[in-house]
Amino acid sequence: MSANVAAAAKATPPPEDKSAISVRDMRKCFGDHEVLKGISLEAHKGDVISILGSSGSGKSTMLRCINLLETPDSGEVRVDGELIRMKQGRDGRQMPADIRQVERIRANLAMVFQSFNLWSHMTVLENLVAAPTHVLKRPRAECLEQAEILLKRVGIWERRNYYPPHMSGGQQQRAAIARALAMNPKVMLFDEPTSALDPELVGEVLRVMRSLAEEGRTMLVVTHEMGFARDVSSKVMFLHKGEVDSVGEPKEMFARPPTPQFKQFIANFNK
Amino acid sequence: MAFDFYLSTMWSVLKALPLTLEIWFFGIAFGLLIATGLTWLRASGYKLGEYFTRAYVFIFRGSPLLVQLYLIYFGLSQFDFVRHSPVLWPILRDPMYCTIVAMALNTAAYESEIFRGALRAVPVGQIEAAKAFGMSAFTRFRLVTLPIALRLALPAYSTEIILMTKATALASVVTIMEMMGTAQKIQHDTFRPIEVLTCAGVIYLLLNLSIARIFAWVEYRLSPHLRPPPEQSQQIRPVPEVL
Repeated sequence: MSANVAAAAKATPPPEDKSAISVRDMRKCFGDHEVLKGISLEAHKGDVISILGSSGSGKSTMLRCINLLETPDSGEVRVDGELIRMKQGRDGRQMPADIRQVERIRANLAMVFQSFNLWSHMTVLENLVAAPTHVLKRPRAECLEQAEILLKRVGIWERRNYYPPHMSGGQQQRAAIARALAMNPKVMLFDEPTSALDPELVGEVLRVMRSLAEEGRTMLVVTHEMGFARDVSSKVMFLHKGEVDSVGEPKEMFARPPTPQFKQFIANFNK
Repeated sequence: MAFDFYLSTMWSVLKALPLTLEIWFFGIAFGLLIATGLTWLRASGYKLGEYFTRAYVFIFRGSPLLVQLYLIYFGLSQFDFVRHSPVLWPILRDPMYCTIVAMALNTAAYESEIFRGALRAVPVGQIEAAKAFGMSAFTRFRLVTLPIALRLALPAYSTEIILMTKATALASVVTIMEMMGTAQKIQHDTFRPIEVLTCAGVIYLLLNLSIARIFAWVEYRLSPHLRPPPEQSQQIRPVPEVL
């Protein structure tokens, strides 16, 4: 369904309706340490943006600030054109003005975590059904049906009645992707989805992500997978010390690194 | 002869079992209510609530249940306002109620600590996932935090319940003829402490054995995810209606 929406958006682009996520001048400190020093990002519908950067560059924090798992100190986040309203908290820090709005927006921004974070006391099927029934209030039967289809798609339908601890990392991450898909999200956020996996399990997860990109889903992917960034994403964003160092078309970026930092970064990977 | 005595003692003590169970049940039921309140107060983030629960736990966990029971039963009636209160006096002049109050207040201190620990041990990532999927604080608590915390709390909670079973014996010191009170009376009448106390001890043992078995069963049912994975061929478990 989402594929059709994305395709339709591509065919007739109403200019104001194209932005999926827009971040403007986002800042975030942890104590004295400034992790994000004014990040801006524009994701259009259908964009697959790979966010690269060495550890500590702020890429995960940026992603977590978009769905308010971390509260940015300043800056604007718009999802689908809608501004997430913030207010001053009593301690002087920024906080969400309307938690209902945040919850509604989060439901449109499904997230896939580095450590899967499947709910361990629920079976895979229950994991897929929990949020759609309780957050989107969709009928349970319909959710179950969709869940089975999604599990077939990511190739773990046979494991639908298993509990997360009984599956391999790759299977858990595919279940987590299916759980995200079950929300029919407008944008999918991936926070280093393959970093916790054994090398031989990375491929199965990347294959699923590639197929999502191919059907036109909007994705923000924090990753260390250079192959994915180069071959699958439509845009690459390189963060360096809390700032956007460079943004560009992947083939171009990798062929002619625009900055010495990015050149250094990919050189380290090719070693 | 000895056998007959054992049998008759057994029977007499067993007849007091319902009373023991009554104290036990109401003690842990009210205790659970108070513990839930304390846990909520502690987790709410209000400084005042935290100080109150800390002080509560310090007092009720730090002093013997027997002292608390004596203070409630013998001590409080010293105060005029207690004796003249239409609400407090009917409760505090009754040894049964006093025992239940003392047990509830005491176990609540332990249980609130058990629950606090369990809540803190819920993996942050799973709560974050619930947040990231747009669940409200209440839904998050109901679907994720609470089910996981309950499973974590269960082993320690079952121990506390068993301790409470044994604590019901203290009711005998405030004139209640539950199992221990009954046993003591028979002992005084017959001067055969070994036989009588053995009977009482065996009944307490069997009672606690069944309680432990019940908790073990509940724990087993609630934690299939902590056991080795099922065989491929095994059951297709239907998804329950209520998560």
